This record gives sequence, structure tokens and C-alpha cells, in this order.
Amino acid sequence: MTRVLVIGAGPAGLAAAAAAADAGARVTLLDSGDGLGGQYWRHLPPQRPSRREARLHHGWKHFQHLQARVRDRVEVITEAQVWAIETAGGTTARVLIGPSDAAGRESRRLTADAVVLAPGAHDRTLPFPGWHLPGVYSAGAAQALAKGERIRVGRKVVVAGAGPFLLPVAQSLTGAGATVLGVYEAARLPAIARGWLPRPQRLLRTAHKGRELAGYAFHHLSRRVPYRLGRAVVEARGDGRVEEAVIARLDADWAPIPGTERTVAADAVCVSHGFTPRLELPIAAGCAIGPDRFVQVDADQRTSVPGVYAAGEITGIGGVDAALVEGRIAGHRAAGGDPAALAGDRRLRRATTDLARRIEAAHGIRPGWTSWLRDDTVVCRCEEVPYGRLRDTAAATGQSALRSVKLTTRAGLGICQARMCGRTVEELTGASTGDPCDTSDRRPLAAPIRLGDLAELATAPNGDSA
Amino acid sequence: MRADVVVIGAGIIGAACARALAREGRRVVVVDRGAPAGATTARGEGNLLVSDKAPGPELDLALEAAATWPGLAAELAAELGDAFPSIEYERKGGIVVALTEAGAAPLRAFARSQAAVGVEAADLSAAEALALEPHLNPDLTAAVHYPQDAQVQPVVAAEALLASARRAGARVVQGDAVLGALRDDAGRISGVRTAAGRITADHVVVAAGPWSGSVAASLGADIPVRPRRGTVLVTARMRQRVFHKVYDGDYFGATQSADAALQTSSVVESTPGGTVLIGSSRQQIGFDDRLDVAVLAEVARKALRLFPFLETTPVIRSYGGFRPYMPDHLPVIGEDHRHPGLWYATGHEGAGIGLAGVTGALLCAQLAGTAPALDPAPFRLSRPSLAPHLEAP
Repeated sequence: MTRVLVIGAGPAGLAAAAAAADAGARVTLLDSGDGLGGQYWRHLPPQRPSRREARLHHGWKHFQHLQARVRDRVEVITEAQVWAIETAGGTTARVLIGPSDAAGRESRRLTADAVVLAPGAHDRTLPFPGWHLPGVYSAGAAQALAKGERIRVGRKVVVAGAGPFLLPVAQSLTGAGATVLGVYEAARLPAIARGWLPRPQRLLRTAHKGRELAGYAFHHLSRRVPYRLGRAVVEARGDGRVEEAVIARLDADWAPIPGTERTVAADAVCVSHGFTPRLELPIAAGCAIGPDRFVQVDADQRTSVPGVYAAGEITGIGGVDAALVEGRIAGHRAAGGDPAALAGDRRLRRATTDLARRIEAAHGIRPGWTSWLRDDTVVCRCEEVPYGRLRDTAAATGQSALRSVKLTTRAGLGICQARMCGRTVEELTGASTGDPCDTSDRRPLAAPIRLGDLAELATAPNGDSA
Repeated sequence: MRADVVVIGAGIIGAACARALAREGRRVVVVDRGAPAGATTARGEGNLLVSDKAPGPELDLALEAAATWPGLAAELAAELGDAFPSIEYERKGGIVVALTEAGAAPLRAFARSQAAVGVEAADLSAAEALALEPHLNPDLTAAVHYPQDAQVQPVVAAEALLASARRAGARVVQGDAVLGALRDDAGRISGVRTAAGRITADHVVVAAGPWSGSVAASLGADIPVRPRRGTVLVTARMRQRVFHKVYDGDYFGATQSADAALQTSSVVESTPGGTVLIGSSRQQIGFDDRLDVAVLAEVARKALRLFPFLETTPVIRSYGGFRPYMPDHLPVIGEDHRHPGLWYATGHEGAGIGLAGVTGALLCAQLAGTAPALDPAPFRLSRPSLAPHLEAP
């Protein structure tokens, strides 16, 4: 029986696990969280079930269906942190199982005939003055608190950034009891039109996403939440925590237009400018990364490494429909399923690829944003590196190699290992390595591990396989 | 492009050579196929050690380095000003610890042999060791304090040397690979051919670390330098609880050995950034940079023997690099006796950061024909211990 290991239990990983099981494989599904569903279907823990999940989540029935399909047929391991991938003699995942900060987590070493990587993405927030103040959240964090804990991050909340993700965030916040003062989208109308209007028939093929977006639009209209284009939060102010947000109009390159600033009183500001794929595992596995900084896959979701498949946001930011269809294809093929059975999914996948391109064309980060930075705006929060020092140090050393910029400024060397600031540092300094696998996305240790846990592996037996 | 000297490699050794040569008034071009300070230099710990070296030429070089680093650090700081980040030179001292009964006597004997040639080495009682390092494993059987051991932030140091070289007129060409040698009618080397063009020069210095062998081959020469992989762990930031460079006695066995199998010994120290660096392993596995958990685990296990409190400390990063390893454990600093005009500054293994400044000075003195600070003979490619490893002239 073919053994398939699926890493990540969001929409892509769940779909992959279900499809691989359908195709007859013995499947192990890992997720670092304490439940299935990933960020998209993040929900209250099973000890505290809620009848409202179906109203709070798009495709909740789909999720429950997938969950039911994997429950009895797939070995599901939650709180499973893949902290390293070894490639000598096949792909091997090193896993710690247990609450993330706990001592004595169980250590396992998992191999399989095929591995599906579906680790997803985290949201990216561009720095702005005051973004380190308490009360400023990434939109993803605010949504996770709302969906996973029913915690509202504030009473009067500003949502800003770029991309269709801002809409469900605002809806989650409203659902958790916050008043959303406005959603401020950096992209201006021409960019939105350029991204979303051409070839509408293709958009309709991803009917689910279209309905979802229409639903958000209706939600906002009905609640009179202003949705403003070409605007950004360029500063958060407050004494010890955020009290107001400064909103400015942007030009087409996202540079604030002087004189357009206005101030909004708010006790929380939620900002995201898109998503960064979690590439540390595919890079550790040796998968080729394209110049667009996504994992390169073929029509079967195969990466450049034999036996390693990729699905979901690491292949392109395409949303839940893309993740689901890619997961189905990856899981089916990883299990050795008949490719002829995939014709419908392949058509659907082409349509979702189109959606990813639209999002990038309409909402992709434009270079003018850097003009809202000040010298004292902290870029790397872990190591407290301000923009001025980053720029001056890069200038003083007279060169722009990423490794040197990081080691001379300490930007990106802290506990988050550049997950938050890596791409921003690269963009601000022009630093690159010319090799998409050797960037701030490269983290041979994919998660922190206690020295004691690591030392135990020196004597521990060899573990097992999926 | 025309130069007096082409330096191949913009790591810390190439940077130090370029600086020394440019300050002598020579036109220097540094060429690197990648970015400065991006390979071996960026993958080490920044050690300036005398403690790990047995009496002999390398220790002589290290003592000279220990004597000259304070001046070099001050010169660079004065020249480059406040806008340049600090090279974080710190003479923090090293403490070498034995944790077994069997290890105690050899450690003390080793220290006595070093003291006989001028190394400051003080035998510590367990109580004295614990006064200097309160969190050290109290079960130690011997400890020696080496106040001359120091550290530097290697990438900043390399960038500083390079910036200083540029101020003295050196040009730095990055992202350009050397493809071959230019030779004059008599066959003497007269420059290099690169991907971007030609650089004519009277002298060519190979300072390409573990890649020096392939660079030399492209120039029609050979040098028996091989890569030796080292892996370092970095912890999350914490309140400082390690105050010196602290090693276990196994370190000597590892550096002095030619065994290709994995060797590890603990080197634990704090950085000004608040992290703790834990090294290090040594493996001869070619340029294989794949992660090997067994290696990390062994490094971690030995570090815990020294500092049990680290058990709950999270490791947030590991990095590995390739060090230039010579079969007789000595760097090569000098001209190729078979190829006049071709010079080497390489083969320092894990000691290149500490020995960079003195290497640049020694190379420059030989090239200029001035009096070197110490005898260059043991570092020449023509030394007897390398003869079995060289192709016949």
C-alpha cells in the first residue's frame, strides 16, 4: 500500500489527505495546530463547540465533509510541528508532537512513499510608523482571534492593507462584536479594474470564490462599513497603545499623497498587505522555487523533487478554491491515482491560477509604500532594527547581499526568523542572493526546538515511518 | 581592467589582503563570484583563539593576531566612523573545561606547553571556574582560562576590512567568476579571465577559502585545500548567562584530526545580540550542505554537558558552512613556487576570521619584499608537509 504523508491540514492538506485515502493510500496528516481546517477554517476548540461556525465560515459544510472523510481513514496528528526535513535517502520529516512550548514533546521521524506539502501562508504586513503599538494587529492575527477564540481585538477597528482577504477579516471582526470603522484598500480603482474585470467568464468558473466575495460585499453594504480604495494607514498613534489611525490617499504606486491625511479614532488597527507563502519546508526538501517565489509544480502538483508534491498557497496565493483543487490533485497523484480521473479538477485548477494572477495584478504591493516610512520606524520587530539604521548600514557597507545585510544589521535574525520582516528587508535594501532558494524564506530549522529535545535525538532510536 | 594585484575572493581573508595591499599603494581589484562575506565568512563564529592551538607556526600566527587585533579594530572604527556598525571585537577570554577524569591531565599539560611559548593560560580550580562562569557544569575536572581569546562579528569585520580597502583605492567586483589565467609570453601569470572580461595584473592572490582548490585548478595550478563542514546552533535571545568562550577539551582532538567522520565538541558563547552560539561539528563530506539532524543533536548534547541550564533554551537557527581544510592543518600564505605571480591566502580552516589581519600583513610583506612580522616559511606551499599532496612542478 502506498504511504502518503501530508503536512498541513488547511483546505489544501485536508483535500489532499482525503483524495489520497480515496485512491487507496495509507495516509498520515500532520498539522501544527490543535485542530483541522488551518487558518481558513479556524474555529473554536472541540471542547467548546459553537452552532455559529457555519455562519462564520464559508464552505463550513465542505469542511465538515472533508473532516468526516479523513477522520476514520487517515492517521491525523495535530500539534505536530515539523521542525526539519532531511533529504538524504528520501524525504524525512522530523516532527515534535505536543503543545508548542511544552517540555518533553514526543519526537518522531516520518517518511513515506510520497509527501504532500501544504503548509499554507501567513499574512504580510508592511511596516508603518506606530505599527509596533499595542492594538495594531496583522489582519490574520485579528481574524484568528475572532474565529478561534471569539475575541474581538477592539471596539472600534480600522482594517487596512490590500487584497480580498480584508473583507472576510472585517466580517469576522464584526461577528466577534467589533465595529469596523472602515476597510481601506491600498489598490486604486484602475488596478482593481485591471485585475478583476478582464475575462469575467473565467472568474465565474471559480464560482465558489465569486459567491464568497459577493457575500462579503453584501455584508459590508448591509452594515454600512465603508470600503475605500487607494488608501492606507500611514501611521498609528497613541500613548502606550493605539488611539488613532492616520489614513492617507495613495497614488498608483502606493505613495501617500501629501495633504490627504486624516485621523480616525480607533482602539485597534488590523493591517495586512497580502500573503507570504511558508517556504521553509519546500526549500528544506530541495524543491525548486520559481522567480515569483512560489514552489514550482507541474499539472500533477509535483515539485522538482521526486515524490514531493505541493498544494495550496505555497504554489501561488489563490485562495480556498485553488487550495482545494490543488490538494485533490496532489493527494490523488501522490497515492498513485489514475491521472485520467482528474480532467475536471485540472480545468478548475487553470481557473484558480487565473484568480491568483488577478489578485496579484489588482492588489500586489507597489514600491511607493516605502515613502510612508520614517527613520525610526521599526522594520524588524524582534531585533528592533529601525528603517534608518537598516538603510544607513546597507549604504555604509556599500553592498547589498542579503546575508551580509542581515548579519550587519541583525534585521531578520530574531525569534521569528524573518517571517515578519524578511521580504520587507529584501525590498528595502535591494538585497538578494540571486537564488530563490537562498533568501529570507530559507530556514533549515523550520521551527524552534529546545536544546534538550535536540540533544535527546543523539541517543534516541530511529523512529518510524508514516 | 588593469591592476597590480587581483585578489580572488571577497571573504574576510581576501578583504584583509586587499586592505593591506591597497594601503601599500598598490592598485587592487577584488573579484568574487558571489557577494562579499557571503560564504565561509558568514557561516562561522568569529573566533580569535589561541587556546585551541598547539605550539607551532599556527600558534605563532595566532599570538601575532591576538597582539594586533586591538589595534586593527581601533583603526577600522576610527576610519569608518559611527555610521559603520561595530565589528564587536571583544577580548572576552576563553575557558577550556575538562569534564572527565581522563581529560583533566591532558588539558593541563596542553596548557603548560602553550604557556611555555607565551600563551597566557591560567589553571583554574573548580571554584575559580564557577566564579567566572556560574552556570557551568559543576562536575568539571579541570579548567584553564585563556584571557587572550577574543571574538569579532565576522561579517561586519569582513565588510569593514573591505570598506577600508576601498577607501585605500581597491575596487571590489562582485558577481563575477574567475574562469582562467592570463599568461605572458614567458608563461608567467599576468592576470585573470573572468565571466565579465579580463583583469590584467602582476600578481594574482587566491583567497577563495574552501573553493581555492577549484579556483587554482582554473588557473592551471593545484592546492590541496578541501571543504570541511561545520554546523553551528543559535539560541533565542536570553539574559546573559555565558560570559566567556567556553569549550570542552575534546575541541583539540577535533581540530587536530584528519578523520573524515563526524567530530563534535562544544564551544558555547554569548553574542552581543543576546543569543548563544553553540558549535561546532567538523565533517569532511565535500560540499554537501544538506541538513543532518544527527549532527545537530550531537552538538546539542555536548553543549548540555557544559551548560545544563541550556536544556530548555530554544534553538532558533542552525547554520552550516564549509571551512578550508589543509591536510597538514596550516594555512597557505605565500607564492606558489611553481607558478610565479600566483599567491595563496587560504586553508585557515576554522581560524580564518581570527587570522585574517595577520594573514593580509604576511602576504603583503612577502609580495612587497618587506620584512614580515614572523617567518613565512612554515606557511609556504613549498613546505615539506605538503609535498606529498602537490602535483609535481
